[in-house]
Amino acid sequence: MNSIRRFVDKAGWPRIIIAMLLLSLFIVAPSVGVRVDQSITDTIVRFGMNGILVLGMVPMVQTGCGLNFGLPLGIIAGLLGATISIELGLTGLAGFAGAIGFATPFALLLGWSYGKLLNRVKGDEMMIATYVGFSSVSFMCMMWMLLPYRSSKMIWGYGGSGLRTTISLEGFWIHILDNFLTIRIGHNFMFPTGMILFFAFMAWIMWAFFHTKTGTAMTAVGSNPDYARAAGINVDKMRTISVIMSTVYGAIGILVFQQSFGFIQLYNGPFFMALPAVAAILIGGASVNKANITNVVIGTILFQGILTMTPSVINSAIQSDLSEVVRIIVSDGMIVYALTRVTRKSR
Amino acid sequence: MTDQQPLLHMQGITKEYFGNRVLTDVSLDVNRGEILGLVGENGAGKSTLMNILFGMSVIAQTGGYSGKVSIDGKEVNFQNPFDALKAGIGMVHQEFSLIPGFTATENILLNGEILHDNIVTKIFGPRLKTLDLPEMRAIAEKSIELLGVEISPDTLVAEMPVGHRQFTELAREIHRPEMKVLVLDEPTAVLTESEAQVLLTSLRRLAATGIAIIFITHRLQEILDACDRIVILRDGQVVKEVATSNTDIGQVAEAMVGRNVSAQSAATSDYNESTETILSVDHLWVDMPGETVRDVTLEVHKGEIFGIGGLAGQGKLGIPNGIMGLYAAGGAVTLHKKPIHLNDPAAALAAGMAFVSEDRRGVGLLLEEALDWNIAFTAMQAQNKFLRPLLGGLIQWRDDKAIQNVALEYIKALDIKCTGTDQPARELSGGNQQKICLAKAFAVQPDVLFVSEPTRGIDVGAKSLVLEALRTYNLENGTTIIMVSSELEELRSICDRIAIVDEGRIAGILPPSATAKEFGLLMIGKLKNEENKVGSHE
Repeated sequence: MNSIRRFVDKAGWPRIIIAMLLLSLFIVAPSVGVRVDQSITDTIVRFGMNGILVLGMVPMVQTGCGLNFGLPLGIIAGLLGATISIELGLTGLAGFAGAIGFATPFALLLGWSYGKLLNRVKGDEMMIATYVGFSSVSFMCMMWMLLPYRSSKMIWGYGGSGLRTTISLEGFWIHILDNFLTIRIGHNFMFPTGMILFFAFMAWIMWAFFHTKTGTAMTAVGSNPDYARAAGINVDKMRTISVIMSTVYGAIGILVFQQSFGFIQLYNGPFFMALPAVAAILIGGASVNKANITNVVIGTILFQGILTMTPSVINSAIQSDLSEVVRIIVSDGMIVYALTRVTRKSR
Repeated sequence: MTDQQPLLHMQGITKEYFGNRVLTDVSLDVNRGEILGLVGENGAGKSTLMNILFGMSVIAQTGGYSGKVSIDGKEVNFQNPFDALKAGIGMVHQEFSLIPGFTATENILLNGEILHDNIVTKIFGPRLKTLDLPEMRAIAEKSIELLGVEISPDTLVAEMPVGHRQFTELAREIHRPEMKVLVLDEPTAVLTESEAQVLLTSLRRLAATGIAIIFITHRLQEILDACDRIVILRDGQVVKEVATSNTDIGQVAEAMVGRNVSAQSAATSDYNESTETILSVDHLWVDMPGETVRDVTLEVHKGEIFGIGGLAGQGKLGIPNGIMGLYAAGGAVTLHKKPIHLNDPAAALAAGMAFVSEDRRGVGLLLEEALDWNIAFTAMQAQNKFLRPLLGGLIQWRDDKAIQNVALEYIKALDIKCTGTDQPARELSGGNQQKICLAKAFAVQPDVLFVSEPTRGIDVGAKSLVLEALRTYNLENGTTIIMVSSELEELRSICDRIAIVDEGRIAGILPPSATAKEFGLLMIGKLKNEENKVGSHE
């Protein structure tokens, strides 16, 4: 009895309830004709696609900058990297590596200035971050039209200038990670080893970083900025570093997302990318100023699992094609639920 | 003028906060037309006593009090300030409780407005009654006049100088016809000297109308000037009650500060005046809100325990906070003859100084983090201890094992009660949290250790343990300790020399063996201009 209570305390009711729901969806699935192995594959793939974006939430939460609603900024850096890589005609592994290589400087620069901005609005970071995300997306909507891209794979066919809303990665680096060391069992089960390994690698870097002197200082800044300052730490610098890290993870995260998805989505694509990532880490048990990698893994599996399972099960159950509607209801419902769970660990 | 029966009679008042006794069997009487001075150090119990009288909810929430309060011979037990107001008790607080956007009249008659019926009230009820502004103005004018000051009733409070605000607040209390007992808590703290004089005169005038006044202040001269009788509180007990005509400022100061020197004060005194100066502070100013340091010059010798005392708000806390770079500061500070870069906590730590903050929970601890982090963090960040360089120093890897070891070591050495090094600091008791703060500073192995209010808010047993830990550390490591405390007794029990701060300046430096009277006089700023006489024993 005691051990059950300890488990509940540690895991928290929201996670237990959502996990139960997910489990029951898997149990119900076969009876309405949804294949379980197919569903598990979908859940794992979606986990791999979104994992690094969620991971990008961790540094800013740890330094007390709150949840990174400005994730679209990092995503824009990633999109710039991807389009430049295609423009230069890089394909395969070189294309993907090139995309990361080109995206990183943009992410560093955008993250640095975004960090400077957030240092001026302490206490209101999340509100400002939301608008930074929105306005940067709108600004880039103009830029995608105006930037001098030439590659015929990317620009509008009729006008001859301006990038398309979606660009296929077919022939570039589609599924480059998914297909690395893939394990296939039967016709319907596939395990995207490469993508999961890449996530594990990025998570390991994050874990290792928080075991260094700087990482430790960042955690202290989030925990009690006055304490950190009294210990001789430059609080603003630590916060800026965390914002840069979040932005870089956002850039790399979207590239991983796209290689699996198969398309680059420009214009309004990044608009609502921040919310699912925020919801995932909150469902994983993070608060506004404390998050760890376990929160990321658990949260992403639960959030993406529910998102995969609910539409397909409901769809099959009521024999109609409502999948998109159900998906939106479930996804936004989860986001709302997660945002009501926002907690600030008391000082 | 005086009835047989005292107007206000408080008998045997005893109050505990969470098992911590703050008032013990306090009795006091105030007669009609009398001004009673209530004095005592910070934490002597003055505010608690007045909260009881005024029925503040904090008293009932913490378990009430025992003892009797009676007014005009009738026993009362106020559950909230409204009852107290109705019974004719008025209180003027240290902080203003006025509405800045309202005029003096509106503030004075707030919630006591003169109202008239009109047509609308017949339909919509009494909430829409009309204000009788001319009448209100007349009342306000009358009560301002009673105070003997000139304030236009139509001035907005926001536009008044602080002195006038204080008078407005006073006028609000006295306009009520049922007013019997008026409590003034540090009313002169924000006033200039001439304004304070006017206030004292108006108090006299008020008393002459039959109101009883309880006057609380740190400025003893004012008490002597204005009051008929003085009650002195110390550690929650009435230590002295005396008519003003039979005493002088020295006696009052002595009674307020307390016990004559206890035997233990000599314990550390193998301190030798001729040792070299380790820290010298020259014309230091610190802009710390509420604890402004104006001009402090002092020298601290190697290996001594140097005490800094003084009343709250005089700037004693600003000195360590300023030197350690936590608040904007200026002037010159040199350690080992090397100048310290001010306004930079990292530089102060790197130079070999450490600080145990008075704000334990706000600045001193990472409440959510484990004890080992709390202890090791400052040393790690400021001095690169407990780190393992990887890849040729490119990466500074946190050495969790070393951190745990040092934490275990200090938990044992300081006898910290906890479940283990991984317990969050939040869960410890105040005394143990304070020991964690000490361990954090010890882990830096400083040459000079600043300790600010080390025993604030912890129980008596833990107090002596903390002081003992400081003394042992001083003896074993020869560390120079600069201790700031509001409790003079504590300073006298472990310090080699004690500086008293008054109005942001050092009023004087005394040996712990100096008499309570000498300390008391320095604290109240009486000897500011003659400091050489009582003088520094440097």
